[in-house]
Amino acid sequence: MAEQINIFVENKPGRLKTITRVLAGQNINIRAIEIADRERFGIVKLLVDDPHKGQRVLAENNFACALKKVLAIAIDDRPGGLSRLTETLSDNEININDAYGFVIASKKEAVLCVEVVDYDRATQIIEKNGFRILTDSELYDL
Amino acid sequence: MKQEQPAPAFWDKHAETIGRSWLRQHQIRQLRETVTAALRTPLYQRRLAKAGITIPEDIASLDDLQKIPFTTKDDLREAYPYGLLSVDLKDVIRLHTSSGTTGTPTVIYHTQSDIDTWTDLIARCISATGAHRGDVFQNMTGYGLFTGGLGFHYGAEKVGMLVIPASTGNTRRQLLLMRDFGTTVVHATPSYLLHVHSQMEANGIKRSDLRLRKAFLGAEPYTEETRKKIEALLTIDVYNSYGLSEMNGPGVAFECVHKNGMHVWEDAFILEMINPETLQPVADGEEGEIVFTTLKRTATPLLRYRTRDLSFVYPEPCACGRTHRRIARIKGRSDDMLIINGVNVFPSQIEEIVMKIPEVGTNYQIHIDKHGSLDRLTVRTEIYSKLFTGDVGVLESLRGKIKELLRAVITINPEIELLEPGGLPPSEGKAKRVLDLRPK
Repeated sequence: MAEQINIFVENKPGRLKTITRVLAGQNINIRAIEIADRERFGIVKLLVDDPHKGQRVLAENNFACALKKVLAIAIDDRPGGLSRLTETLSDNEININDAYGFVIASKKEAVLCVEVVDYDRATQIIEKNGFRILTDSELYDL
Repeated sequence: MKQEQPAPAFWDKHAETIGRSWLRQHQIRQLRETVTAALRTPLYQRRLAKAGITIPEDIASLDDLQKIPFTTKDDLREAYPYGLLSVDLKDVIRLHTSSGTTGTPTVIYHTQSDIDTWTDLIARCISATGAHRGDVFQNMTGYGLFTGGLGFHYGAEKVGMLVIPASTGNTRRQLLLMRDFGTTVVHATPSYLLHVHSQMEANGIKRSDLRLRKAFLGAEPYTEETRKKIEALLTIDVYNSYGLSEMNGPGVAFECVHKNGMHVWEDAFILEMINPETLQPVADGEEGEIVFTTLKRTATPLLRYRTRDLSFVYPEPCACGRTHRRIARIKGRSDDMLIINGVNVFPSQIEEIVMKIPEVGTNYQIHIDKHGSLDRLTVRTEIYSKLFTGDVGVLESLRGKIKELLRAVITINPEIELLEPGGLPPSEGKAKRVLDLRPK
């Protein structure tokens, strides 16, 4: 299962600058970024090409960060593509805690990364309904 | 509508204007009574025996008070709950607990006689300001275990004022009560009264809607400038009130109509002023720490209790004719206790809680500032990286948990700020944990 890095940051200028500088310094490529905002603090979520190295390097730079499981689901890049997926999730009562998405133009495909409660059950249902979950290497090498 | 009645200047003229030599005789007699009661408590039995005092007659004069060691907040904490109880529990009709220096609170018990004495002292305080039976009194301090609420309530009823037991909070309602019932006298902390004033316009209340004449303000230190500011803003007279739960609560010392120093009721408390470092007595007029010995308390007598409040005694007599000496407004503390919106908070209480929470590091800071007129307490802690799971929900519950744990002990609602590791200056030696940014 793919992993993203969740980083605790105070809500003040300069945090993203430091995070991206640290990762760049280690040649780590960021694939996607999302921020869960809670007013005084936030959690920066990063999808990178080497999550374990990324987490280690950020921790060495005094960031409180942890690896979180994420399901990267491939969907068609056309109107209705996302809708089909969300319908499946909803019909099967799979609650999405957080999600972010991006398009892979070269493959005419889009990806929705979701955090859920029960990853095993979600994986089963999503695949049974004909969706493809990207493998780790597929995701990191995008 | 309550009718105006001529104001008695004294509640108990005989006691309040008693000659000093009569007062001294009364104090020696009552001190022996207090020692008798104290000798019934486990804590004082041990302590007084060590000082060579085993019977009340061992107190021959007021100078013998010096033989008795001081009593501290920590003693009360260690004696919790029954170590300082001097009567049968069946004779106790009330207790009040208050902040200890750590999670353990302190407790003061009251018999009927203790409540009656306390009530009488409050009645004296109220009358000394010219307030009387014809007044409408809104008690805007916390009821419940806070002594400010019930203490003043009983005293105000004794005087015969119409008492509105408003307690604290619900500012809009406070203003409507003042308007609808023609409140003439209030009891509050200075910051809360300023806050209420600041909300008048938003609630459509004009000064001309109100009948306020007097405010009794205390529970937190405030300057002469602040008093004058409140008097000007509300066009009322402000009287400084001093007390502490160990000496019942409010009613220990109060300003008279001259508003120049607070009369300590010396027939109820022996007043001493000491140098907090050397513990030696200081002269009238010199700054020192206030020490009290109860003279009328039966359930929980206290001998030479160190208040940690700094003040000085006015050497000259007051124009009002009272022979009970005055103390100046409290300048500060000789310990690290904080007063936040009238509530006592010890940094050690906060530290004890924060240190027990594994998800935050051992680095924390206590931040106090003003939010409008009210004090605001913020506890800032670094999150501990090793226990960070990455979940936002978990962090939110962590904040909630810290807030709840703190509130259960310090009784007020702190703001909780979670910081990144390294967000606070590193703690080295005696870390600067408390940042009090309130203007002096």
